[in-house]
Amino acid sequence: MSEARSALQGRSFDGIARIEDMGLCGMITLRGDLDDGTLQKAVTSVAGVDFPGRRKASLAEGRGLLWMSPDEIMVLLPHADAPGAARTLAAALSGTHHLVAEVSDARAVLRVSGPAAREVLAKLTPADVSPAAFGPGEICRTRLAQAAAAFWMSGEDSLDVVCFRSVAQYVFDLLATAAAPGGEVGHF
Amino acid sequence: MLILQCPCCGVDADETELSPGGEAHLKRYGPGSSEDDFEGYLFMRENPKGVHFERWRHAHGCGKWFHAARCTVTLEVFGTYPAQSYAPPQDILDRIAARRPGWRWREFA
Ligand SMILES: [Zn+2]
Repeated sequence: MSEARSALQGRSFDGIARIEDMGLCGMITLRGDLDDGTLQKAVTSVAGVDFPGRRKASLAEGRGLLWMSPDEIMVLLPHADAPGAARTLAAALSGTHHLVAEVSDARAVLRVSGPAAREVLAKLTPADVSPAAFGPGEICRTRLAQAAAAFWMSGEDSLDVVCFRSVAQYVFDLLATAAAPGGEVGHF
Repeated sequence: MLILQCPCCGVDADETELSPGGEAHLKRYGPGSSEDDFEGYLFMRENPKGVHFERWRHAHGCGKWFHAARCTVTLEVFGTYPAQSYAPPQDILDRIAARRPGWRWREFA
């Protein structure tokens, strides 16, 4: 098997916020009836976290479940665990209407951290990222300039951003430009 | 700027996060229909100045389709409702009647 490499290969940028490649991250897309008990049990046992409610992110160290749409959940887990977990999930759901796809290598994950992290994202998304509207345990699916992206809070001053691998460089450059030194807005 | 609340995920989505899907509540006339019906289905639209019903997709969000009732002149939004509907819900019709007395759109008034 070929050696997996993240799209950004560990790049980082330091400005009013730090932008960094999170490297190889495991991701599994699961579609199906999210109210189904069998599906909930199968995916929570693979992820090791609680089932997330609407627009919620259920996170633990290195693992998580993201609510992507009324019939879609994303599983976050270590990259090496993803293929096996996808097989386990598909086996547990045989007979239940569903779709499981391992998508780790289709995406890139970046971290935006520092006191101005929210401001950096606010420059790029039309979504309301003020502390009153968006906080820990939530996921926001939106766009960053011209690219689809989703993000959640991975710490008090840090947000993790996921985008398609094909636009990883574009999203990194966007974030780095928005985080350029001297670019503070001071709105939040 | 137009902001529509997606009824599928509850997000107040900016227009730039949405894809327009054209006029709502079209009845499809397919193979075997009359030429007039087929022409109407393909080409004839209300294109109103005022109250309008449209289909939108939360493209940069949950990805789902939904319906919206709005005013094309002021961008006032009267409400959004599920894609799986043949007609606007009564509460939205009532809201439009209160805001635009005498309005009419196809068979709805
Ligand atoms: Zn939505």
